Amino acid sequence: MLPAHDSPFGVEMVNLLGAFILLVAFAMLASRRTLSLIRLFAFQGFFLSMSIFLVAFLSGESNLYYSAFFTLVLKVILLPWILRDLSQRLKIGGDIETLVNVPVTMIIGIGVVVFSFSLAEPILKAASTVTRSLIGVGLACVLLSFLVMITRKKAMTQIIGFLSMENGLLFSATNATYGMPMVVELAIALDVLIGAIIFGIFFFQIRETFESLDLKYFEKLKEDEE
Amino acid sequence: MFFLLDRHKRYDCVLVQGLSWMIFSFSPLDLSLLAISFWFVLAILSLFLSRIHGFHLCRMFLPGTAGSILLTMSGFLGLDGSPQAKTIPLGLPGLPFHLRQDALSSFFLLIIGFVSLGISIFSSGYFKDDHHGKEIGFLLFQYHLFLISMTLVLLSSDSYLFLLSWESMAMTSYFLVVSDHEKDVVRQAGFLYLLLAHIGTLALFLSFGILSSGGGLQDFSGYAFEQMEKGQHSSLALTMAFFLAFFGFGAKAGILPLHIWLPEAHPVAPSPISALLSGVMLKVAIYGMVRVWFDLIGIHFLSWKWGMVVLAVGLFTALFGILFALTQNDLKRLLAYSSIDNIGIIVMGLGLSIIFFGTGHPVPGALGLIAALYHSLNHAVFKGLLFLGAGSILHASGETNLNRMGGLIRSMPQTAILYLVAILSISAIPPLNGFVSEWLTFQTALSVPLLETGGIRSMVALSAAGLALVSALTAMCFVKVYGIGFLGVPRTAPMPKRHESTIPERLGMLWLASGCLLLGCLPTIVVRYLETITISLTGGGLGKNANGAGWLWLVPQSARRASYSPIVFLAVIVVTTLLTFLVIRILFRRKTRTSASWNCGYPARTSRMQDTADSFSQPIRHFFSPVYKMTRHLPLPTDEKPIFFVEIDDQSWFLFYRPIQKIVEKMSALAGKLQTGKISVYLTYSFLTLLFLLFLVKSP
Repeated sequence: MLPAHDSPFGVEMVNLLGAFILLVAFAMLASRRTLSLIRLFAFQGFFLSMSIFLVAFLSGESNLYYSAFFTLVLKVILLPWILRDLSQRLKIGGDIETLVNVPVTMIIGIGVVVFSFSLAEPILKAASTVTRSLIGVGLACVLLSFLVMITRKKAMTQIIGFLSMENGLLFSATNATYGMPMVVELAIALDVLIGAIIFGIFFFQIRETFESLDLKYFEKLKEDEE
Repeated sequence: MFFLLDRHKRYDCVLVQGLSWMIFSFSPLDLSLLAISFWFVLAILSLFLSRIHGFHLCRMFLPGTAGSILLTMSGFLGLDGSPQAKTIPLGLPGLPFHLRQDALSSFFLLIIGFVSLGISIFSSGYFKDDHHGKEIGFLLFQYHLFLISMTLVLLSSDSYLFLLSWESMAMTSYFLVVSDHEKDVVRQAGFLYLLLAHIGTLALFLSFGILSSGGGLQDFSGYAFEQMEKGQHSSLALTMAFFLAFFGFGAKAGILPLHIWLPEAHPVAPSPISALLSGVMLKVAIYGMVRVWFDLIGIHFLSWKWGMVVLAVGLFTALFGILFALTQNDLKRLLAYSSIDNIGIIVMGLGLSIIFFGTGHPVPGALGLIAALYHSLNHAVFKGLLFLGAGSILHASGETNLNRMGGLIRSMPQTAILYLVAILSISAIPPLNGFVSEWLTFQTALSVPLLETGGIRSMVALSAAGLALVSALTAMCFVKVYGIGFLGVPRTAPMPKRHESTIPERLGMLWLASGCLLLGCLPTIVVRYLETITISLTGGGLGKNANGAGWLWLVPQSARRASYSPIVFLAVIVVTTLLTFLVIRILFRRKTRTSASWNCGYPARTSRMQDTADSFSQPIRHFFSPVYKMTRHLPLPTDEKPIFFVEIDDQSWFLFYRPIQKIVEKMSALAGKLQTGKISVYLTYSFLTLLFLLFLVKSP
């Protein structure tokens, strides 16, 4: 185990990265194009990976270095690549209609962030990590990604929202307890990867059935009222 | 030549000796297991043989009788002997199967063996394998697995094996019921049966769960019956276990209001299967009740209040069953309702027994139990025979509707005689077997002066009156069956082509009919064997008074109160009939002349002038009209082509099941409103739920 570095500068840096992650989450909420969503997702992954690396350095938890590495490979390189490839093949890189218009979504988002910070208050007191003030950011990120999933009409955004939610979870876990056990983290990473691949296959199937990835066509699947 | 004969003789002797040595060196439990493995081999074999073209697969029912014989012997030997137990390391690791054969399970094994012997012989002549080779193979497979499951239910001595074989019994019997699965009505009836079977099993799971929580939880040994008997429970837990078992086994046995599957499943199942279901499987459910109530809960913990509930439910079931049986015109549906009636009588016997045990009168208590067990055996034999006969009639005339039968006695005289035996038995006419057990139930109910409290006294006395009503209505119901079906002339316009049933069919029926006669004529022996069951279960029998009367007279309590001898009865009947016959022969020496009866000067007589099944039961429909839900069509007198039409619906559908159905439908409609089909809305649901839960966590 490496020695812990309790430097105020490092903690400030982690805070800054946390702020970036939150900013990216808001940007995702506002974004209207699939390709830019994917790019934002890659950015978020990059900031997440950097922050985990910094926390690992500050706390001396060597496990977190692996975690940071996996995040970098998976969420900055592999998944965005798969997603971009998918959207190009499916020709859905363009505009996404939103269900709720962007300003309203942003206002709801601000409310959600306030709620998550108030939620993090009791956890903050219980946690003993140097970066515990960032738990609220992680929770906010989870809920904002959820909002992304709710407010977009295309199936592609559902998976990006889902993956970004996982980012938020990882960020919270890292800052609250220096990460989940390695086994759990690896399992989640694998799940996410496989989930992305399965989603990809489903998209092709869905498009073949409905000739669109618009969610409104899914309503046909519901049983008719008698 | 002589030398050869001699050698043959010696060879025979050795063979017989060897066989008897083999059988007596086996314990009853071994014999039962042997029967099970024999049936299993036969079941697998028949699946393979069904692939061979041109093989007479139906003959495969005949070797199955060997298993029945083994089981009958095992049951007979086990009645006397001490209980035997075995633990088989099958099942889950650490949870082995416990087997035990005591007097109670031996008695029910005897029922399975005895009745299935007749049914298997009958089936070998009933089913035809012209083009359904595969299906007959499957039927044979399920038939023998069904017999195995029922045997295992009786042999199992832990809740694990019990419920496993109980479920396997439900599944195999379901497949047997839906043998003609091409028809919609068959599949619907099968589904109804499966649904109620599963609801019942759920209750059994809970009941056994409560009973096994008494002790042995640490090493998981609480699931064995032995531990359940020893377990300590609160009275609330015991009450719950008691009534859950009543519900669970009742769903299988067909007590009110869980009986609805019986009148649907029996008409659609092949007749030998109906005979097996009604004759044997319902008795396995009765066995379950006796096992849980009198053994696992134990007679010292039985409360008379439970007995009152059981008695009342039994009485209503019996009354309901017979009232609906009377108004049916489909023979097999009528028999199904009559099974409900008989289960009601058996349950009444059990209820009386619990009341007397609960109030501290072990002798009438034991008598009630004996009456219930005796009636189980009797009902298995005569109801098996009645269903088999219904099958023969169906094959011979293509009819199950009584309104279109008539005059069957002429085309199938031997079947008619065998059927008459069953009819007399179920109508409780001495000296046949139905009388003995109903009489014993009466004798139990008439021990009412022993009871101290006025409330129970009047209830028990009332139940005796109810039982009398049920017996009378039963007799009327089966007079209708025989009078309309076998006597008179055919009621359909072109004379239908009919033929006598096949020889194996008649042999199977003969076996059961002789059972009716034997059980009716030798009640003292049967009761003595049944007493060993009550002694092993409750530690007490009928006492000295009952046994001192010798083999001729059946004396349930004391000779001053009541006694009955079927042999004397039979002798009186035979002598009177013979004397009358002789006197008439001597006094009136005219030649016998055959002519139409009651032909008093009418110029035209058609077969439509006869009583029909519907018109026979009209008075009952009139008296008990509040019980029925009738849809009627009565034509005007001026109608040229009158059509009469009566349909009787089961009230319990409207009283119990429709409200449940409505509630479920309403709840589903409410739940359906939540489902818009929009993924965003679903996600919003989870989002709001998440927020709410987080909020709850935040503010404890």
